[in-house]
Amino acid sequence: MSKTFKLDGREIPFETGQTIMDAALAAGVYIPHLCHNPEFAPHGSCRVCVVDIGGRQVSACTAAASEGLEVDNSSEAIGETRRAILQMLFVEGNHVCPACEKSGACQLQAVAYYTGMLAPHFTHFFPRRSVDASHPDVVIDFNRCILCELCVRASRDHDGKRVFAISGRGLESHLVIDSPSGLLGDSSFAATDKAAHVCPTGAILPKGRGYETPIGERLYDREPISIVGDVRAQEEEVL
Amino acid sequence: MAAKPRVATASLCGCFGCHMSLLDIDERILQLVDLVTFDRTPLTDIKTLGDCDLGLIEGGVANAENVEVLREFRRRCKTLVAVGACAVNGGIPAMRNQFSLAECLRESYCDGVGVHNPGIPNDPEIPLLLNQVHPIHEVVAIDYFLPGCPPSADAIWTFLTELLEGRPIAFPYTQVHFD
Repeated sequence: MSKTFKLDGREIPFETGQTIMDAALAAGVYIPHLCHNPEFAPHGSCRVCVVDIGGRQVSACTAAASEGLEVDNSSEAIGETRRAILQMLFVEGNHVCPACEKSGACQLQAVAYYTGMLAPHFTHFFPRRSVDASHPDVVIDFNRCILCELCVRASRDHDGKRVFAISGRGLESHLVIDSPSGLLGDSSFAATDKAAHVCPTGAILPKGRGYETPIGERLYDREPISIVGDVRAQEEEVL
Repeated sequence: MAAKPRVATASLCGCFGCHMSLLDIDERILQLVDLVTFDRTPLTDIKTLGDCDLGLIEGGVANAENVEVLREFRRRCKTLVAVGACAVNGGIPAMRNQFSLAECLRESYCDGVGVHNPGIPNDPEIPLLLNQVHPIHEVVAIDYFLPGCPPSADAIWTFLTELLEGRPIAFPYTQVHFD
């Protein structure tokens, strides 16, 4: 007999070892997320998948499912928390959607739409960050990095290269590249790497393909991410 | 009959794209002028601001005049709305925040390609630039935010009609976008 827990009152079956996120995804229930990608070990860093269990807020991607849990994934309070987390992600970097070719197919943007975020609310940091266009096939725009570590995990766990890492602490945390110059072009990174196709934002982009899909036909133009799914699904189609 | 709500609009550090998008409501503008009276706005060319029910602000805050106009709108308008990406988060003009103001001025007026008679303009009539471009909510309190670059005519229409009818503002999915 399968075990279950309750997600917004609905019984969700799970197997031992599954997280709340795993079980919800398997049951077809959307829990907003950015750093989670089922192909990689859960990271729990973006906190967007926050859910409430008996008054405690936990990240659904790292919390183990267990018998009889009652999980709140859709209350106004949870929505408010998620919007605040997203607003902090937006003001911490430089997310200039009108000038970004990932716009319309960006998971950060799509999750913001899903949660009803209309404005950044907080004071913008406007950090000074660089763009690394040294690689022939891929460009990295650090302005758009949300430190989800999906590229770190993909490069390490799938590509076996460890091209990326996070350096620094707290507000000083930033993505670094393993090459003598620190530039992507001098690293062993290749456009065919898994790490080139997991970024939920426009931080890692293939060159020469900008604005290929017209406005109105982009991934999240017509339907929300809860229906369309993650960016990675689309990335895999083009691989 | 009660007086029609008075509406004022202004473009601060914007491109007038949001005002163009407002005009994109096409023939619905005839309905709009039945619903509201326009006060100061580039559409009427009225230059002075009276007491208004609704103020629509396009563009971010980039210079001293923007600050002055925005504060006057806040004083005069019961409800103040950030319309479009630049008002909401600084938008494209805020990309200059990656550089110092001196660097921006030197590149534009001294060192840039094709500059003749180099020299930074210093006429006292030109409003002084701020060191950085700011979203308007960093300068005054804002009641509503309408994102988009520009927000579509339909989004503006949804917003105006629901607000004027006193309903909670709910946009269809396709009307909210950040670009």
